[in-house]
Amino acid sequence: MMDFWDYLEYAAWAGSAIFGLLIVADWIKTDTTYSEEMLTSSREGELEAMTEQHKL
Amino acid sequence: MADTSEKVGLLRVLGPAHVWALGVGIVLVGEYMGWNFGVGKGGAYAALIACWFAGILYTCVAMIDSEVTSTVAAAGGQYTQANHIVGALMAFNVGLYLVFAYTMLEAANAWTVGFLVQTVGGLAGHEGTLNDDPFIVLSIMFLAWLNYRGVLATLTFNLVITAFAFVAIILLFLMTAPFTAPDLMQHAELMSGQAALPYGWLGILAAMHFGLWYYLGIEGTTQAAEEVRSPARSLPFGTLAGIMTLVIAATLTWFVCVGLMPWEYLGTAGTPLFDAARLSGSSFLVWLLGIGTLFATLASANGCINDASRAWFSMGRDRYLPSWFGAVHPKYRTPYRAIIFLVPIALLFALKLPLDQIITFSILSGLLGYTFMPLNMIMFRRKWPLDTIKRGYVHPFHPIPAILLLALCAVTYFAVFLGYGTQLVAMVGFYVVASLWFHFWRYRFVNRGAQFTMPWPKPKGY
Repeated sequence: MMDFWDYLEYAAWAGSAIFGLLIVADWIKTDTTYSEEMLTSSREGELEAMTEQHKL
Repeated sequence: MADTSEKVGLLRVLGPAHVWALGVGIVLVGEYMGWNFGVGKGGAYAALIACWFAGILYTCVAMIDSEVTSTVAAAGGQYTQANHIVGALMAFNVGLYLVFAYTMLEAANAWTVGFLVQTVGGLAGHEGTLNDDPFIVLSIMFLAWLNYRGVLATLTFNLVITAFAFVAIILLFLMTAPFTAPDLMQHAELMSGQAALPYGWLGILAAMHFGLWYYLGIEGTTQAAEEVRSPARSLPFGTLAGIMTLVIAATLTWFVCVGLMPWEYLGTAGTPLFDAARLSGSSFLVWLLGIGTLFATLASANGCINDASRAWFSMGRDRYLPSWFGAVHPKYRTPYRAIIFLVPIALLFALKLPLDQIITFSILSGLLGYTFMPLNMIMFRRKWPLDTIKRGYVHPFHPIPAILLLALCAVTYFAVFLGYGTQLVAMVGFYVVASLWFHFWRYRFVNRGAQFTMPWPKPKGY
């Protein structure tokens, strides 16, 4: 007979799959939307200028 | 394809409280479990000596890190420090120490979350043994998703759950202390005679290894260097407040636990603070410390994902690893590929490797990192004396903290060798092989010229 904890096990698997899918879907979307040059454009020491450019 | 002329980098959005939450969050789980194995090795007094001995070691770590990181304010923490101050091979090794130490600690924390849920299920009347795998996987996936989505939300979450876990320890002390419950604590009975130092001075040495558990990970605050609004102020403030918090939490934890449990039991207990709450007779404290244990574990795993990914990202950005890992998410401004890459590795460690081996390798990698720090500090002051570059924080009594840290590392190596000699040799062997690979193959791809971006004068003597 299944109890609360058995259902919780299934819920944990389902939650894991959802978080995994969210990450992978966004990863694919990001990598196909933006150029590799832009994605890897971060350079040490260029932070201050970039922070000023960024708009929240 | 979107506009490619724009550049993306990590965001400076964090304050000193987030730095505190990162450092203390990684460590506080060590107060909830683990430190007490030192009691089993040498008794209650040995655990207290180890607690304060390690406290001195980590105060040196915090002071040294505060000075260097407030100046080398870039992601990667000690890896970036080594890159600027020592050299490429040291930087590569330190980067690996960081990634292994944090990823293995993350795996151990996820394993603990599974164990806690399994235990609560058993106590709540679940028939048979609950499968802990889905809870291990869920904790890693949820925290990886949180880290992927942005550093501000990640470390604000850490701030809330870490503060909860710390307040829980304070309340446990206040509600069980002699001034509120005069007959509860039994220090005199539990710590006299043979129980004082059951294995003599050798027991104190054996307990040293577990003294690290009270503080292991506070150096992780440095990984936030590229994401704090004011590195020169926030990093020293957050780090030094963090080590003070931990010394207080460690001493209170020791005081409460050794006053409530005999050393023979405490030395093998899985969740000593939770057990102390149960012995207090207060159901409020049982709930508080139960939730505190879970929160401390999650906070540690969360901070580890943050730190391991920043170290891996920095190594990718500097071409120590394929530059693919040096990508920043254009919307969330996180090192998203480094976060994703380390997820399956953490899952593998958590689901397939024995817990004690994971923790031992994590501690050994941390210890190698601590050995680097004093050497780095001495070289930093020699190459760039105080009057040559502005520091956010200048630590006092140099070079005493560096020498003390080096000496304490030597003692800890000896203590670790006594208990885990094979693992120590295996770990050193692994880093030697990795260094050879780096020297003979990977180094040709490293872009050394593009790295020295700090507006510093030429080092003295060059």
